Amino acid sequence: MSEQGSAPGHGAHDGAQVTGAQSLVTSLEAAGTEVIFGIPGGAILPAYDPLFDSRIRHVLVRHEQGAGHAAQGYAVATGRVGVCMATSGPGATNLVTPIADAHMDSVPMVAVTGQVGAAMIGTDAFQEADIRGITMPITKHNFLVTDAADIPRIVAEAFHIASTGRPGPVLVDVAKSALQATTTYSWPASLNLPGYRPVVRPHSKQIREAARMILESKRPVLYVGGGVIRARASRELRALAEYTGIPVVTTLMARGAFPDSHVQHLGMPGMHGTVAAVAALQRSDLIISLGARFDDRVTGNLDSFAPGAQVIHADIDPAEIGKNRHADVPIVGDCREVINDLLALLTTERAAGHEGDYEAWVDWLVGVRKKYPLGYDAPADGSLSPQLVIERLGKISGPDTVFTSGVGQHQMWAAHYIGYEHPNTWINSGGLGTMGFSVPAAMGAKVGRPDATVWSIDGDGCFQMTNQELATCAIEGIPIKVAVINNESLGMVRQWQTLFYNERYSNTDLHSKRIPDFVKLADAYGCVGLACDSPDDVDATIAKAMEINDVPIVVDFRVHRDAMVWPMVAAGTSNDDIKYARDLAPDFDEDEL
Amino acid sequence: MSKHTLSVLVENKPGVLARIAGLFSRRGFNIDSLAVGPTEHPEISRMTIVVNVEDSPLEQVTKQLNKLVEVIKIVELDGTASITHELLLVKVKADTGTRGQVLDAVQLFKAKVVDVAPDAVTIEVVGNTDKLGDFLRVLEPFGIRELVQSGMVAIGRGSRSITERTLRPVAVPTPPPTAV
Repeated sequence: MSEQGSAPGHGAHDGAQVTGAQSLVTSLEAAGTEVIFGIPGGAILPAYDPLFDSRIRHVLVRHEQGAGHAAQGYAVATGRVGVCMATSGPGATNLVTPIADAHMDSVPMVAVTGQVGAAMIGTDAFQEADIRGITMPITKHNFLVTDAADIPRIVAEAFHIASTGRPGPVLVDVAKSALQATTTYSWPASLNLPGYRPVVRPHSKQIREAARMILESKRPVLYVGGGVIRARASRELRALAEYTGIPVVTTLMARGAFPDSHVQHLGMPGMHGTVAAVAALQRSDLIISLGARFDDRVTGNLDSFAPGAQVIHADIDPAEIGKNRHADVPIVGDCREVINDLLALLTTERAAGHEGDYEAWVDWLVGVRKKYPLGYDAPADGSLSPQLVIERLGKISGPDTVFTSGVGQHQMWAAHYIGYEHPNTWINSGGLGTMGFSVPAAMGAKVGRPDATVWSIDGDGCFQMTNQELATCAIEGIPIKVAVINNESLGMVRQWQTLFYNERYSNTDLHSKRIPDFVKLADAYGCVGLACDSPDDVDATIAKAMEINDVPIVVDFRVHRDAMVWPMVAAGTSNDDIKYARDLAPDFDEDEL
Repeated sequence: MSKHTLSVLVENKPGVLARIAGLFSRRGFNIDSLAVGPTEHPEISRMTIVVNVEDSPLEQVTKQLNKLVEVIKIVELDGTASITHELLLVKVKADTGTRGQVLDAVQLFKAKVVDVAPDAVTIEVVGNTDKLGDFLRVLEPFGIRELVQSGMVAIGRGSRSITERTLRPVAVPTPPPTAV
C-alpha cells in the first residue's frame, strides 16, 4: 500500500461499497491527483458527481483540447502527472491532439474519458467513438474499463506507466455502466504489468566504453535532449559538462536543461539552430547524445549529418537508440544515472592521469560563436521587431518565469532569445508542432506553479486556435500573461513562401491587426488587454503587464511582418548548408581545426 | 530482405492483436504470417510472427514491439534450432480416374484425407513452408478448388522454455513530490 493509498482524502476507504464513479474519483485521489482539467458530458457524468465533493480541483475548460494541453503544461511545469477528463465521442476525440502531442514530447499525462455503456459499445450509439482504438498509436498505453472492479487497479497502472520509464500519455476509457455499477473500492498493493519493466540503470560495460571514447576524442559535444529534463538531470549534466569542459548544445525540447548564460553552451542545434551549435555537431568526432532522438529537425539530411562523428547514445527508450543514426555505444538507462555513472568513472580516470584534451576544439567553437552570434536587424522603417519583444520579455520577467509557446516563428524566437537558466521553464510543442498549444499550456503551468510568472508567447495564428481558454483563466483565477506576437500572418508558412515559393503568399494573410481586435477580445474575456506597436514602448508595456497579477493579461505586440527566423537549414538539405541570414552562408571551415 | 520468425509472448487481453497489427502497419512493416494461440499459462498468449525485413529494421520493429505494455517477451527463433509448422487444408479435384494418384501424394507427404466427395477430396497437411509448397506443386495439376493455410507456429528445440520467469508483480510506486 502506497503512502497516498492510505490517505484517500474525501473518497471511499479500502473495502467500501461504492459506485464505479466514486471508485474512480477515490483512485485518482490515491494516485496523487491535485487537479483535473476537463468538461463533463453524458457518459462521464456519473464521475462528476463524486468529483463535486472531492479534494481534487477541477478546472472547467472551454474545449477539451484546452484540457489536454493544460494537463501537459501542468505536467511539464511540475514534473507530476497531468490529468484531463472528457466525455465519450466528441469529448474524447477533442483530446486526440493533446494526447498525440504528449506522446511525441514524452509528457506524463492520464486522460480519463467516459464511454457509452458496455452493452452499447459497438452499436454506433449516441456519442460513441472507439477512443481506445483511435488513440492506440498515440498513447504509451490505453485501457477500456467495462468492469467497475478493475477501476482502482487500472488507474494505478495508468499513473505508473505515464510517469515511469519514458513518460507519456495513458488513456483510461471508462464505460458509463462501469461508473454506475456498485463495486468494492480496493487500492492495489502491487501492479501486474509483466511486459513493462523500464531499464533505468545503465550497463557498466557501456559506461566504460563511453568513458574511453570521451577521453580519446578530440572534438566531443554533449547533444542534450528533452530526456535530461524529464529525468531531472540538469544539475548532473552541469557537473559533467563543467568537469570535462565539453561543449553543450540543447535541443528545442531541452532548452533550460543547461543555463543559456553558461560559457560552454552553444545554444540550440537544428533547422533553426545557432551556427555554433550546428557546427559543433557537424564537425564533431564524438556526439554524446543524452535523452535526444536525432530528430529530423536536428539532423537535416541524415546522410550528411555529423559525418565524422562516432555516437554515444543514451536514452531510457531502447527503440530510440539507433533508430535514425547508428550508435557506436548504445546506453539504455535514465539520463541522470547515465550522467552520474559517466562522471564517476571519468573522475576515477582523471585520478589515474587520464584526461581529455579538447582545447583546440573549444577554441574553434568559441571563434565560430563569436563570428556568427544570434542576432537580428531592426526593421528599417522603425516598426517593431518580434525578436526584440521576446528578448525584452526574457530580460524583464527574469529566469524564474515559465514560458510557453505555440508553433512557428515566435516559437523559434522564443527558443533563442528568452535566455533560459532552469529546466521546466520552457514548455512548447516540439515533436507534433501543435498550433494553439501555448495558452492552455500556460493555464496548466500556472495552476501547477501558482507562484511563478507564466508568460504564454503566442503567434496571432496560434492564439486564435485556443484563446477561448482565457475565459477559463479569468473565471478560475489563473492569471497568465499572453504576449501575442502579431505579424498578422501564419508567419513561418509565409517565411517559406518568401524563400521557396517566389513570395506568393497563398492563404497566409490573417489580417489579425484588423480582425479581431485582441485588446477588445481580452476585455470581453475578463482579461486586461494592452497593445504595443513601437520599439520605444516595449519595456513600459511589459513592465505594466508584470504589475497586473490578479487577472489574465493579453498584450498585442503588433510586429513587423517580414521578420524571418535565422539561421536556417532548408528542409531536406545538409546542415553544412546552413544559412546565417538570407543568402549568407557561414564559412566555419575557413579556419582549419 | 530475409525472413525472420518472432515468438511474441503477450498478455491475454482484448485488443492486443490490434496493437501489434497496428504497430506493424504504421511503422511500415509487412507481416508474412501470423498465428495466435494460448500457452501453458492461461494469462499469456503466444504469437508467431514471420516478417520479411533486413536486420536493422527488424531490430527497430522488435524494439517497438517491446515497448507495447502488453508484450511480455520477444524471441527470434533460429530456423535451424527450432521446429516450424504450418497447417494446410486443401480441396483437390479427384474423381475415380485421378483419386489414386492424389492419394499417393497424400501418402508421400504424410498428409491426411479429412473429407471425401464424389469429385473432390479435402486434405490436411502439416509441415514447414517448403514442404507445404512442394505438396501444393504436386497437387496443382489435379486442380486445386480451395485452400486455407494457418500462420506458422514455431518452438525452439531443447528443454528450455521461453515462458519461464515472465510473470512478476511490481509494487505500486509513490507519486513524485509536488516540488520539482
